[in-house]
Amino acid sequence: MPETNIREALRQTLREALQQDEHVILMGEDIGAYGGSYGVTRGLLQEFGDERVRDTPISESVVVGCGIGAAMGGMRPIVELMTINFSFLAFDQIINVASTVHYMSGGQINVPLVIRMASGGGSQLAATHSHDLAGWYAHVPGLKVAVPSTPYDARGLLKTALREENTVIFVEHTAIYGLRGEVPDEDYSVPFGQAQVMREGGDVTIVGYSGSVHQALRAAEMLAGQAIEAEVLNLRTLRPLDVDAIINSVKKTTRAVVVEDDWCFGGFGGEIVALIQERAFDYLDAPVARVCGADVPMPYAKVLETAALPSEQHIVDAALAMR
Amino acid sequence: MTTAKARAKEEAGTPEELLGLLRQMMLIRRFEEKSAEMYARGRIAGFLHLYIGQEAVGVGAEAAIEPDDYVVTHYRDHGQALARGLDPNAIMAELFGRTTGVSKGRGGSMHLFDVSKHFMGGYAIVGGHLPLSCGLALASKQLKNGRIVLCFFGDGAVNQGEFHEALNLAAVWRLPVVFLCENNLYGMGTDIRRVSAEAEVYRRACAYNIPAEQVDGMDVLAVRDVARKAVQHTRDGKGPYFVEAVTYRFRGHSMADPEFYRTKEEVQQWRTRDPIPLFERQLRDWGLMDDAGIKRLEDEAEGVVNEAERFAEESPAPDVSTLYDNVYEE
Repeated sequence: MPETNIREALRQTLREALQQDEHVILMGEDIGAYGGSYGVTRGLLQEFGDERVRDTPISESVVVGCGIGAAMGGMRPIVELMTINFSFLAFDQIINVASTVHYMSGGQINVPLVIRMASGGGSQLAATHSHDLAGWYAHVPGLKVAVPSTPYDARGLLKTALREENTVIFVEHTAIYGLRGEVPDEDYSVPFGQAQVMREGGDVTIVGYSGSVHQALRAAEMLAGQAIEAEVLNLRTLRPLDVDAIINSVKKTTRAVVVEDDWCFGGFGGEIVALIQERAFDYLDAPVARVCGADVPMPYAKVLETAALPSEQHIVDAALAMR
Repeated sequence: MTTAKARAKEEAGTPEELLGLLRQMMLIRRFEEKSAEMYARGRIAGFLHLYIGQEAVGVGAEAAIEPDDYVVTHYRDHGQALARGLDPNAIMAELFGRTTGVSKGRGGSMHLFDVSKHFMGGYAIVGGHLPLSCGLALASKQLKNGRIVLCFFGDGAVNQGEFHEALNLAAVWRLPVVFLCENNLYGMGTDIRRVSAEAEVYRRACAYNIPAEQVDGMDVLAVRDVARKAVQHTRDGKGPYFVEAVTYRFRGHSMADPEFYRTKEEVQQWRTRDPIPLFERQLRDWGLMDDAGIKRLEDEAEGVVNEAERFAEESPAPDVSTLYDNVYEE
C-alpha cells in the first residue's frame, strides 16, 4: 500500500474530483498562482485552468457566499479558507445561509458545498491563526464537520464530503499536513459518523479528533509503559458524531479522557462528557477528564504556546489520576 | 435620473404588456393591504414588511427578465415574489405559518422560496444575499445556461461589507448579475443621508467599474426600460450592471414601526407620486384604461387576495412530527 502525507492525499483527491466532474470548481485566496498557503492546491491551476481553479480577492464572506450560490445553481464548489480564524469573516454566510437555507426553504434548496479550512496551533502564529475551533461549527444543525487526522482519513473523508448534498466544514490541522501514512490506490471513502478505534485497550478511553489523535496515541504508548492499556478513539467527524462508538468504548473501559486543542469552557469536549454521563453513567469508575487548550488567546512565544496546547503528558496525567 | 415622461405609446409596449404591469402592481398593493389586516387580526406573526409604495420597482424589473433567470431578494419580498408568479395562496399560507406555504411554514414573510420559479429566496440578513447572487451567476456562467441573476436589495445594504465584496467579485469575474438597489431612503428608521458618505447609491458602483444608473422607482416603465438595458448588458457577457431605483415605502418599516423618524407631510408628498395612480393616468391618457377597466382589475385583485386568505385560513399548521424534516438533505 503506497504511503503519502495528508497534503498530498488531499491534493490527489481534489485533482480527481476536478477530473471526474466538470461541476467541481475550487475557489480561495492564493490557491492558484501561489499554490495554496499550505500547498494543498499546488499545480491544480496549471492543470485545470483559471475557470476551474479560481484565485479570489481577500473577501471571505463573498467567497463562501459565492460558493453557496454556485452550489444552489448546480455546481460542486470547494472553497478553501486560509485559516479557521478567517472563516469568521464568512460566519454570516455559513451560519445564516449555508446551514439554514435547506430547512427554511422547506427542503427546496440544498447547498452541496465543501469549505476547507486550516486550523490548529504549534507554528507560533499567535491568536489570529492558531485556534482549533471545529467544535464551533459542530454546534450548528445543518452543517457537517469533518476532522481528519491521517492521510487515509483525509482522502476518504474528502471523498465523502464531495458526494454530500449538504455543506461540509472540512477542518485540516496545519501541524499534520506533512504526516505520512498508508493510502490505498483503490477507490474508497470514509463514511461520516463512524469513529475509528486507533488502538484497543481496556483501562481507559481517550477520545480525540484532528491533531489531538496523535497526542492520544503517544500518550497511550506512555501509559502502556505503566501497565495501563488505553483505547484511542478517533472521531473523524464531529457532526454527525459516532456517539455509540464513544459509549461502547467507555462501557468497556469505565474511564474516559476527552482531548481537544480547543478551549475547555463551553467546548465540544463538554458535549462528549455530557453524552457519556447521560448514557454510561452507571459504568463510570471516575469522573470523565478533559484535556484542552489553555483558556487564553494563543500566545506567540514558543514556551507560552507550548504551555497553551494540550500535550501527551497532560493526557497521561489525567489518565493516571483516575486510578 | 432616468425618467420616462414623454414616452410614445407605441414604444411603451403592447396593451397586454402594459395592462399586465398595472394588474401586477394592483395585486401586490391589495395583497399587502390584506397582509396588514391579517397581521392586525393576529393571523400573521413575526416581522411583516410591506411593499406598498415600491410596487413599480419589483414589477418593472421582473418585466425585464426571463422565467429561467434567477431572482434573489431581501426580506421585503412579497412584491417580487408575486411579480415572479409565485402562487398567492402559497405566499399567504407562508405568512400564516401553514404547511401549504411556499416554504412549508419554515420561513415566514421574510423567507419566501420557490425554486421551480427560480425565485431563490428572500434573505433577512441585510446585504447577506449579495454574495449568493454572485454564486448563482458564476454557476450560470460555468454551465453556459444563459441565465442572469436579478438581485434586489435595499439602501440599508450598501454600507455592509458584503455589498462591496460582492460588487468587486462580480466585476472582477464579469458575472451576469443585475444589482438592483431599492432605495426607499430609510434603512429601517435611519435616513440614508445620516449614515452614508455617498447617499447617491448608484455612484458607489463606479468604484468597481460597474456601469450604473439611477431611475425613478415610482415609474414602472422607467424601471422596466432601465432594467432591460441592464439585463441585456449582463446577458451579452459584459459583466454586472447596477441600477438604483429611488422609491418610497408608504407604510412603516414593519408593522411594529411607530414612524417617529419621518413627517406625515413627507409621506403625503410621496403619496402624490404613488406608482399605481401614476401609471393608471398614463394608461388613461393613451386610451388603454377607463373606469370600468380599473374596476375590473380591482375586483380581480380582490378575488385573488380573498382566495389566498381563504386558502391560508383553511390550510393546516405544520405537523409537529415534521419539526426535524429538512435539516439535512438525505
